[in-house]
Amino acid sequence: MSILKIKNVHLKIENKPILKGISLSVNKGEIHAVMGPNGSGKSTLSYMLAGREGYELESGEVKFENKDITSFLPNERANAGLFLAFQYPVELPGVSSVNFLREAVNSRRKYLGKEEFNHLNFVKEVRKVADEMFVKDEMLKRSVNVGFSGGEKKRFEILQMALLQPVLSILDETDSGLDIDALKIVSHGVNKYKNNDNAIILITHYQRLLDYIVPDFVHILVDGEIKRSGGPELAKYVEKNGYAGIINAA
Amino acid sequence: MVATSETIKKVRDTTKKYKYGFTTNVNVEKAPKGLNEDIIRFISSKKSEPKWLLEWRLMAYRKWLKMEKPNWAKVDFSDINYQDIYYYAAPKQKKKLESLDEVDPEILKTYEKLGIPLTEQKMLAGVAVDAVFDSVSVATTFKEKLSESGVIFCPISEAIQKYPQLVKKYLGSVVPVSDNYYTALNSAVFTDGSFVLVPKDVKCPMELSTYFRINEQNTGQFERTLIVVEDSGYVSYLEGCTAPQRDENQLHAAVVELVAMKDAQIKYSTVQNWYPGDENGKGGIYNFVTKRGKCLGDRSKISWTQVETGSSITWKYPSCILMGNQSVGEFYSVAITNNAQQADTGTKMIHIGKDTKSTIISKGISAGKSSNTYRGQVQIQKTANKARNFTQCDSLLIGDKCSAHTVPYIAQNVANAKVEHEATTSKISDDQLFYCFQRGLDSESATSLIVNGFCKEVMKELPMEFAVEAQKLIGISLEGSVG
Repeated sequence: MSILKIKNVHLKIENKPILKGISLSVNKGEIHAVMGPNGSGKSTLSYMLAGREGYELESGEVKFENKDITSFLPNERANAGLFLAFQYPVELPGVSSVNFLREAVNSRRKYLGKEEFNHLNFVKEVRKVADEMFVKDEMLKRSVNVGFSGGEKKRFEILQMALLQPVLSILDETDSGLDIDALKIVSHGVNKYKNNDNAIILITHYQRLLDYIVPDFVHILVDGEIKRSGGPELAKYVEKNGYAGIINAA
Repeated sequence: MVATSETIKKVRDTTKKYKYGFTTNVNVEKAPKGLNEDIIRFISSKKSEPKWLLEWRLMAYRKWLKMEKPNWAKVDFSDINYQDIYYYAAPKQKKKLESLDEVDPEILKTYEKLGIPLTEQKMLAGVAVDAVFDSVSVATTFKEKLSESGVIFCPISEAIQKYPQLVKKYLGSVVPVSDNYYTALNSAVFTDGSFVLVPKDVKCPMELSTYFRINEQNTGQFERTLIVVEDSGYVSYLEGCTAPQRDENQLHAAVVELVAMKDAQIKYSTVQNWYPGDENGKGGIYNFVTKRGKCLGDRSKISWTQVETGSSITWKYPSCILMGNQSVGEFYSVAITNNAQQADTGTKMIHIGKDTKSTIISKGISAGKSSNTYRGQVQIQKTANKARNFTQCDSLLIGDKCSAHTVPYIAQNVANAKVEHEATTSKISDDQLFYCFQRGLDSESATSLIVNGFCKEVMKELPMEFAVEAQKLIGISLEGSVG
C-alpha cells in the first residue's frame, strides 16, 4: 500500500535548482533513510513535502495516500497525517506546551471526524504518552520549546508525533546535536510509534541513528538527486567511505 | 481539497464581519440633536436631578466651550461635529421597571446575542451585571444579594437620587471637570453609568460587571462610572463594550473614577470591542476615555487590566494617583489594532506617597495598516521616598504596513526611587507560523495562539470568567491579518 509517491520532482529556490528530478516511493510499514552531505537538498525535500511557502514544485508529482497533495495547504497536509519533526524546533513564547499539543491533536481529530478532547481528558492522554516518551510533566507546563535543551526539543517533537499518530513522519536530522543517551531515548520513542500502517522517512547525515532505528531502504541524496538506493548496508558503506565514492561513481 | 480550502475561505470572508454589528429595534426617546444649555437642562430634568448637579453640568459645559481638543496623541481623524450628535437616547418605557421581566424583550435579546445572559446564567457565574443601552441603564442584576453584604451597585442616575451626598462627595474628585476636553464634555452631558460603593471591611462577594452598548444612530455615549471602596474593602469590576456596525463614526467619551481608601483594593478590567470600522477605516467608534484611580489610603491598591480590540480610534490612559504610603498601582494592557485602526493608549503612574510601587505591562499588537502607540507617564514626586516603578512595553508587528510606537515620559525627582523601563519589538516569524501550520493549525488559529502567548502576562490578570472570551476575541480581531 503506497503512502507516498514522489515522481520526478524539480524545485528551484530563488531560481537556483535544488531538487533535480527526485523520485521516491514509500509504502506502509517502511522506514526510509535519506542521507547526504550538507546542501544536498535534504531539508528542502522535507519542506516541499510539508508544503512550506516558497518550496513549491516546479514540476513533478507528489501523491500522499494516492491523492495529489501539491495544492494542499501545510495545515491540510498535517491534518491528513503528514508529520515533520523539525531539525530546529521553533520557540513559541507564552504558548503553553499542553495547549499547543491539544490544539494540534484536536485539529487532527476534527479532520478524522473524531471527538475533540476537552482540557481534562487531554491532560490525561498527554500524561500517558509523555511518560512513554520520557517527557516530564514539568516540561509540558513550559512555553513551547522555550528554554528546552537540545535533547528536550527533539523529545518534544517525538511526543507530538506519538500524540498525532501520523501516517507518514519525516524526521529531519532528529539525531543532530543529541548525545548518545538522548539519541537512545528518541529512538525508543520512534520505534514505539512505528507500526505496519505508518511509515517514516529519516533524514540524516550519519549512520549512527540507523543503529537504533533500522531502515528498510537507504537513499543517498547528492546535489538534488538520489544517486543511489539500497538496503541498510548502503549506510554502512557511506559511513566507511564517505559520500565521495558515490559522488564520483555517479 | 483546494475546493475545501476555498469554501472555508469564502465562509470566513462572509463571517469576518464584526460579529456585534446588528441593531435592535426598540422604541426610543431622544433629545433633539445638538448641544447647548437647553439640552443639558433637558437631560438633567429627564433624570430628575438635584439642582447642584445641573449647575455642575452647566459649569462643565461652559468650561468645555473654551477648551480645545488634545492634539498630542498619535491619532488622526477629522473634526467631530458636536451639533450632529444625539446626547440623550433612551429606550421608551411606559413605567418604571420593577424587575428584569419588564425590560423590553428586544433589549434582552440584544444582550443575549452579545453573550450576556442577564438572568440565571450569570447567577451561576456569580457575576452581577449592570447594562447600559445607549444612554440609560436598563438592568442591574443581583442588587439584593449585593445589598445583603452592604455593597451598593446601581446605575449612577439611581445613586444620584438615593445617595446624593456620596455622589456629590466623589464625583469629579479624581478626574476634575476640566482635566481635558472630553472629561469636560462628559461632565456636561453624561447620561448614565455605574456606581459602586464597597463599605469598610467588605470583600464584594461577586464580580461586578457593566456592559455598554451603543445602539442608536448618531448617538454619543457618555457614561460615568464611580467606584469607591472604603477601608480594607475589595472589588473586582469588569466592563465590556460593543456597538452596531455603522458607516459614520460614533463618539464614546466616558469618565471612570476610582477611589481606594486605606488597605482597599480595586481591580478594574475592560474588554473593549467597540465596532472598529471597516478595512478602509470607514465608520467605527471614537473611544476617547479618561479613567483614573486614586489610591487615597495607605497600602491601597488599584489594578487596571484592559484588552482593547475594537474602536477605530482609541485614546485612553487608565491611571493611578498613588497618594497613600505603600500604595500600589498596576496597569496591564493588551491593545490590538488591525486594518485602519489607531490606538494611542497607556497609563500614568503618579507617585506621591512613600514606598509607592507601580507596574506597567503593555502588549501592543499591530496588523494591517494600523498604528499602535504606547504612551505612558511615570512621575515620581519629591515626597515619594523609595518609590519604585517597573515598565515593560512589548510590541508585536504582523505584516509590514502597520506601525508600533512607544512614548515613555519619566520624571524622577527622588534620588532613592527606582524606575525601570524595558521595551521590545518583534514580528511573528514565518518559522513560527509554519511550525503551527505543520501541526495542523490554520493561519487564524496559529496567529491567535502566538498572539495569545505574547499577551499571556496580561491575560492572566483577567478574571477567569472573561479570560476565555478575551482570548477568542483576540483571534477574531486579527482574522485575515495573516495571508
